Amino acid sequence: MILVAEQLLNGLQLGLMLFLLAAGLTLVFGIMNMINLAHGSLYMIGAYIAAALIEASGSFLLGIASAIVGTALVGVALEMTLLRRLYRLSHLSQVLATFAVILIANEIVRMIWGSQPILLNMPPALSGPIELGGFRYPAYRLVVIGAGLAVALFLYLLVTRTRAGMWVRAGASDREMAEVMGVDTRALFTVVFAIGAALCAVAGALLGPLLAVQVGMGENILILAFVVISIGGIGSIRGALVGSLLVGVVDTAGRAFLPFLFRKMLPSVIASEAGPAVASMLIYMLMAAVLYFRPSGLFPARS
Amino acid sequence: MRDTLYIPLRPWPTFGVVAALVLLPPAMLLLDLPFYVVFATRVLIYTLIATSLNLLIGYGGMVSFGHAAFVGTGAYTVAMLMPAGIVSAWLLWPASLLAGALFALLIGAVSLRTRGVYFIMITLAFAQMAYYLVLSLHALGSDDGLTLGARPSLGFLDLNGDATFYYAALAILLGALALVRALLNAPLGRALQGIRDNETRMEAIGFATYRLKLVVFVIAGAVAGLGGGLLVSLDRLVGPNLLHWTESGLLMIMVILGGTGRLLGGVLGAAVLLIAQEVIAERTIHWPLGIGVVLLVVVLFAPKGLSAWLPNVSRERSNT
Amino acid sequence: MTAPVLRVSGLQKRFGGVLAVDNISLDLAEGELHAVIGPNGAGKTTLIHLLSGALEPSAGRIVLDDRDITRLPMHQRVRLGLARSYQISSVFPNFTVLENVAFAVQGSGGVGDWDRARAELESVGLANSADRLASTLAHGQRRQLELGLVLATGARILLLDEPMAGMGPEEAARILGLIEALKSRRTILLVEHDMEAVFRLADRISTLVNGRVIASGAPDEIRRHPEVRRAYLGEEAPQ
Repeated sequence: MILVAEQLLNGLQLGLMLFLLAAGLTLVFGIMNMINLAHGSLYMIGAYIAAALIEASGSFLLGIASAIVGTALVGVALEMTLLRRLYRLSHLSQVLATFAVILIANEIVRMIWGSQPILLNMPPALSGPIELGGFRYPAYRLVVIGAGLAVALFLYLLVTRTRAGMWVRAGASDREMAEVMGVDTRALFTVVFAIGAALCAVAGALLGPLLAVQVGMGENILILAFVVISIGGIGSIRGALVGSLLVGVVDTAGRAFLPFLFRKMLPSVIASEAGPAVASMLIYMLMAAVLYFRPSGLFPARS
Repeated sequence: MRDTLYIPLRPWPTFGVVAALVLLPPAMLLLDLPFYVVFATRVLIYTLIATSLNLLIGYGGMVSFGHAAFVGTGAYTVAMLMPAGIVSAWLLWPASLLAGALFALLIGAVSLRTRGVYFIMITLAFAQMAYYLVLSLHALGSDDGLTLGARPSLGFLDLNGDATFYYAALAILLGALALVRALLNAPLGRALQGIRDNETRMEAIGFATYRLKLVVFVIAGAVAGLGGGLLVSLDRLVGPNLLHWTESGLLMIMVILGGTGRLLGGVLGAAVLLIAQEVIAERTIHWPLGIGVVLLVVVLFAPKGLSAWLPNVSRERSNT
Repeated sequence: MTAPVLRVSGLQKRFGGVLAVDNISLDLAEGELHAVIGPNGAGKTTLIHLLSGALEPSAGRIVLDDRDITRLPMHQRVRLGLARSYQISSVFPNFTVLENVAFAVQGSGGVGDWDRARAELESVGLANSADRLASTLAHGQRRQLELGLVLATGARILLLDEPMAGMGPEEAARILGLIEALKSRRTILLVEHDMEAVFRLADRISTLVNGRVIASGAPDEIRRHPEVRRAYLGEEAPQ
């Protein structure tokens, strides 16, 4: 039981961080109709900036703050120089161009920091466990969950309660209509992209102490983010939240419990391999199943 | 009448290119650069695989993000049959073709129920499942993969000789290109392109679109499987990375770079990407940066891909 | 009295809480031109989607000759001789006009029959545009091509969805002439807003309002039908 609660919390934590990435990705896809493979690179840049600043200043908060600002600036620069030329091109051209950005970003990071993973230490104050009604859970992970919830709430309020958020939602469901209604789509796009980049930075900085900060870390999480928005429905923040929580919990719980379950039910020869194999495949099976019954995802934003 | 779909055969340029390719191994030997014969063979195999993906993406409008799964299927089929005692390429390579076809039938039957972006994602999902499966199974070597003692045998020809293997691969590539061209010029190929242009209307005028797309998907998977079989035969090793989604991505990049919807799009894209990678890698360890810049230049200045620079003759046909 | 070639009984289509098509029954006799009129949103296009196979009904049956085609896929209905045209032209923009029609010919089994394609093109008056890319056609010509595509399938039952949509008087007259020439050679279900055309062409008219048939009969009956005049906001009903 304790194990279950712990894994659920881990799943929640992964899910919330995935949400930070997926929200930005789904907005960019939904509003600008652009496939952005370089989204994972922004996450990587966020982690690296955070690591560098924490190393230099010793302050975790300063690290995160500079990661947010720095990555947002990189995002804006990228959008204004390259990405805005891609909006009117075909999806395939966007894939080609943003793939190129991944290559370039990875190389630049490698030139500055090398190929080996670098250290991003969590704040010493949070490195211990906390008592949670009967069991102990790492304090840092709890803080990550808290931060994730806070950002999710902030995003929800931003999108549903503010005027800017209304523009974003209008843009997501019908861009031409939004333009006709007088929304300055060019500026809106840049802002949306900057917000997406900032969210990536938060996720990168927070996950840094838990996962490896290394060249190529972006691609690993990018594919999860794409799974999330496919399940959730492109262009929908609500879909991104539901999708990421689903993926986070299913993946974490699957990896924790499936091998155990398999060993109980199947002969050990099969179970020792099948367990981990199926656990890794689980979220893809989930996505395939969702897409089969709901080809546009759970909450499609487009009419 | 004007026929926008017919792919003509231009005898002189074709002869010229084929002649150059045939003369490549002796030329490399003369220049004392034997390594490049193996490199050229790998390029040929990737042009074969990229052509199969171009059939899907460019001609069929089916953007499959899981093509590497079929390559891997073919490769692992050969890698498992050889230690079991089957060493003849005449059996192994058709087996890899068949394996690719069967796997494509399985995945295609389900995936082709979806369209657009969701098709892309569901093909990715299946490919990832295949990747993790291969990664976990001890019988398939887990992360180490499998190795072969020697290359398959073609009977009278010794494929362990690099030049011989090169010519075998070249023959297969030319044969495949001829077949793909014949397919595209035939009613099935025309219907496929009609489906790409407006699938709903094709259905509304009597075409069984799902079935047609599935047939082409299986053909593409088969050719990719054959490519995988050739790759493992060349390198004598295969690992699960061959099925990783970044490999699928790379194949897509080759097709997009070369230009979708042109017969030689896959060939051009694969050749240019691999050769550029080789050339730039010799100068700098940071060659991915160079490749990235090249790709950006192509997207911004040649959005239809490199094959847009090849002459495109909309044929006047008088025999109708 | 011969059996109807197409018999629709109790057809229903529900979208969430909305009943777009509510218990529609009608028959098509061979060679008849049956017009379906009604205000916007009445369910006319949904009806065509159901008959052609683009949508599956929530209830009801569709019988073609003696065969129940209610759940038959669209392309198989075309092979049996039932084809539709689209209200918003759906052509193959990157191919020539002749190639467009050739696809329709190929779909009904005429592979590589360019002569037949050319003849079909001739019959809708687009012979001069044979080698032009479909994307370069003007709206009126596109509607001609749209009609050409459905005719080239060789289907004996045609479901025409507002073939004259968005046309000027001259172009509309041309399409009208084409459809008139088809009368009695093919069975036609015609959805149209152009009342003059409807009353000139139709053997029978059914009026759809809110997904139900409120009146069905000969043009004169419909012209005088009080419910039709009341419910259908069509001041266009000629005296």
